[in-house]
Amino acid sequence: MMESLFYMAGFVAFTATVLSLSRTNATHALIYLIISLLAVAVMFYLMGAPFAAALEIVVYAGAIMVLFVFVIMMLNLGQAGEQRERQWLAPRIWIVPTLLALILLVEMALAITQISGTTSGVEVTPKEVGLTLFGPYLLAVEIASMLLLAGLVGAYHLGRRSIDRSRQS
Amino acid sequence: MPGLQVPLEHVLMMAAALFIAGLVGLMVRRNIIFILMSLEVMLNASALAFVAAGAHWGQADGQIIFMLILTVAAAEVSVGLGLVLLLQRRFKTLDMDNANRLRD
Repeated sequence: MMESLFYMAGFVAFTATVLSLSRTNATHALIYLIISLLAVAVMFYLMGAPFAAALEIVVYAGAIMVLFVFVIMMLNLGQAGEQRERQWLAPRIWIVPTLLALILLVEMALAITQISGTTSGVEVTPKEVGLTLFGPYLLAVEIASMLLLAGLVGAYHLGRRSIDRSRQS
Repeated sequence: MPGLQVPLEHVLMMAAALFIAGLVGLMVRRNIIFILMSLEVMLNASALAFVAAGAHWGQADGQIIFMLILTVAAAEVSVGLGLVLLLQRRFKTLDMDNANRLRD
């Protein structure tokens, strides 16, 4: 019975993702995307990864989506943006990449069906995650911190240039 | 609460479906905000596959790779949204096809 919760969460995640990426209004798309992320967090929790589920909500749905909301609010797209967006769905351009990607999809489906086994049903606690993260994976933490620093510097650089230009004009 | 015993291929199918949804969105949409959102969906789908594999072995490694993916997503989206603001300011549009010239 509990397994059906997992499949329901998966259904919600997929439906919300498809709806999100087919919207014309960016704000509506964001709401669906947040629902999708919450559903994925439920899947993480049901698979026995509570720490990943919490991070999914706090960082993805909380922080990254708020960034999107800020940018959409700053851009103030409105109705004209929606009209333009409807014209942009031209099939002629993406038909060949789709065919090539379909080949890869068939290969992946064949590979996935070879897999057997279930998730172990063991809950991996935040304590184990922390011990592993700051034990064998310490170098990865350092590299991630450098990546975040690079992202910070890059975002500041890009944003500062636009702020200076708006002051001059 | 202990984790569920979900068949691994179902979780991987789910991750593949989410990834394909993101890929289709990436190819179809031209609005750069939707492109970034599609990238988020694809990263999230791969993270789901990692967490599922970690749950399969009952080890913490899957969740650690998930956290690294989270870091990559955060860095990518901050720089990407900075580029969105520049694009809007310079070209007065969010259509990626208008930003096809690296000069000027």
